[in-house]
Amino acid sequence: MSELQLKDLYDGFRDPDVIKALAQTITNEAKQLKEPLKIMEVCGGHTHTIMKYGLKQLLPDNIDFIHGPGCPVCIMPKERIDHAIALAQIEDAILLTLGDMIRVPGSTSSLALERAKGRDIRALYSPLDAIKIALENPDKKVIFFAIGFETTTPMTAALLEQVEKQGITNLYFHINHVLVPPAVDAIMADGQAKINAFIGPAHVSVISGAKIYQPLPKMYHAPVVVSGFEPIDVLQSILMIVRQKNEDRCEMEIQYSRSVTLEGNTKAQEMIAKFMEPREHFRWRGIGDIPHSALGLREQYAAYDAENIFADILPTEPIDDHKLCICGTILKGLAKPNDCKVFGTACTPNNPMGSCMVSSEGACNAYYRYGEV
Amino acid sequence: MSNRKQIQLSHGGGGEETNSLIHDLFYHHFSNDVLLAAEDAAVLEVKNKIAFTTDSFTVSPIFFNGGNIGKLAIAGTVNDLAMMGAKPLYLSSSFMIEEGFPFDDLETIVKAMAEELKHSGAKIVCGDTKVVPKGAVDQIFINTSGIGEIEKEGISANNLQEGDVIIVSGDVGRHGAAILMEREGLGISGNLQSDCATLWPAVQALIDANVTISAMRDATRGGLSAVLNEWAEQSAVCLEIKEASIPVDEAVQGICELFGFEAFDFANEGTCILAVPPEDAQIAIDALQKIDVTKKATIIGQVSMKKEGKVILHSAYGSSRYLDLPKGELLPRIC
Repeated sequence: MSELQLKDLYDGFRDPDVIKALAQTITNEAKQLKEPLKIMEVCGGHTHTIMKYGLKQLLPDNIDFIHGPGCPVCIMPKERIDHAIALAQIEDAILLTLGDMIRVPGSTSSLALERAKGRDIRALYSPLDAIKIALENPDKKVIFFAIGFETTTPMTAALLEQVEKQGITNLYFHINHVLVPPAVDAIMADGQAKINAFIGPAHVSVISGAKIYQPLPKMYHAPVVVSGFEPIDVLQSILMIVRQKNEDRCEMEIQYSRSVTLEGNTKAQEMIAKFMEPREHFRWRGIGDIPHSALGLREQYAAYDAENIFADILPTEPIDDHKLCICGTILKGLAKPNDCKVFGTACTPNNPMGSCMVSSEGACNAYYRYGEV
Repeated sequence: MSNRKQIQLSHGGGGEETNSLIHDLFYHHFSNDVLLAAEDAAVLEVKNKIAFTTDSFTVSPIFFNGGNIGKLAIAGTVNDLAMMGAKPLYLSSSFMIEEGFPFDDLETIVKAMAEELKHSGAKIVCGDTKVVPKGAVDQIFINTSGIGEIEKEGISANNLQEGDVIIVSGDVGRHGAAILMEREGLGISGNLQSDCATLWPAVQALIDANVTISAMRDATRGGLSAVLNEWAEQSAVCLEIKEASIPVDEAVQGICELFGFEAFDFANEGTCILAVPPEDAQIAIDALQKIDVTKKATIIGQVSMKKEGKVILHSAYGSSRYLDLPKGELLPRIC
């Protein structure tokens, strides 16, 4: 077997001729659609692909996208960001987190600002790097601010497993892992959302399995196709949705079959279940309180739980977004980012007023960056 | 010399140790008449209009695949002069060194600087050395300033005209990607090298071929995206770029896939972008391709008036999008 090449990650999934041919087939078959398609791509990764590759421009007018809540940085409410800032301000603390979290503004500061003031805040590429940092700094409190959907949760669990095994006592966890299905339910709950099909997340499904979307087609009369992140993946998934509609089917299908199975990664699921359990509720920026929509550490791991250990200094009051922000409406497909009064003026990626402008996977951010040329 | 192993505070004290460092290391490798005159200031003779620039270098790690901080400090300043159509002549070079820095590493850096100077013929004619207590700087910082004699006038970011052809001198994003690889210690095999190089020979080839250059800039921090956006804004024009025509090394693209970056946003240290009138485009390509560091030069787009101040990226399959300026922090300290 030959060595895995980096180009194997994308080669063949961006072929211009295949993209053109798929777009043409979709355009032909979409003529038969009885009603316009409003597809929600749940995951921010798909939003990014659709905008970056300009896929909407290749498709007919009766296919539209509604950009979902699947960006873990975007949905973090301000009070949780304030938690990160409060933790970073503890004397002798090193705060670790992932990527975009660093620049997301909380109520009065951001991790980037705190770092500039001299706090020790580091962005990790792999959560397991936290072990090295904890071992190198035995006199410091190392706090891992864990974020992400089902995709990144196993890495946090694996880190905790190692911490326990190696007897590391100066590494704490602030868990913000959120779950896809409850968020979809929350958006669809009031019956106002104009969504009649779903593109299911890619990497989330590798872990949790496509089985988590099985109830959706029946509940909301909307097909679900679990899709990969490359432009050809997304176009093929759209074609599968169009065909379901034209053939009067309403099912869950897997386009991303090179990585996703129905059951998912059961080993990872077991590891998550060992350390974490669903919280009673969790507030989502732009959507509000959603029951059982996030995970927290189980009680027997309270000694590692930063929310427990540092409870005294963590703010508890919910902080809402500015009242001009319409992220909630955008997430339901009732408005587009450029319908918002503050889009691109008072609300920009450098100074986001609402969740969807925060990270490159948020709908408003993607519109701002790539625009509609 | 009292200690050849580590640089000590005494090496920056102005006394005997400083003297021996200057003589044995800097004079030895940078040797030229102006420098060896050892006056308080270098006395230079310049006949024509000159270009003047300065840059500080703080890259981490200081040694990387394809170069080191010394090579970067020369190429960076020389390239800034070259981009204005100026032949690089004289450079200053100031070192801020952390106490305890290995002498051998300093020598490696100085040798790399001397070697890189050969590509433009520029000379280091003055300099300064400070040694600071441990922790006051991260290993070593270098500042170089330079002056060059203008050989080609009128190159400006405000100068792009409708119809001008956009050329890139090589594949983009290699310096940024190489530094990221080094820093993250990714277990990826392969030989991804920084593009760090002196561009003066390529500019000289363009001047010799009498190419009219509307604008020219090396795509350092902010990469290709930054240069194109600056031009679109400053010249109030639209740059229409064919995405598939932008050369990107496979390994660079792979790194971008892993981390979610764009090769267009990554820094380059030996790659420039040019805008030339359409009738000169092929002459420019021919001239650049004869020079080793720019042998992959290629046309990537054209200036239009479609949307003033914007860069539009056209895909190979018929869609288009704006190419925005990179935002937020990409990588700390790459140059």
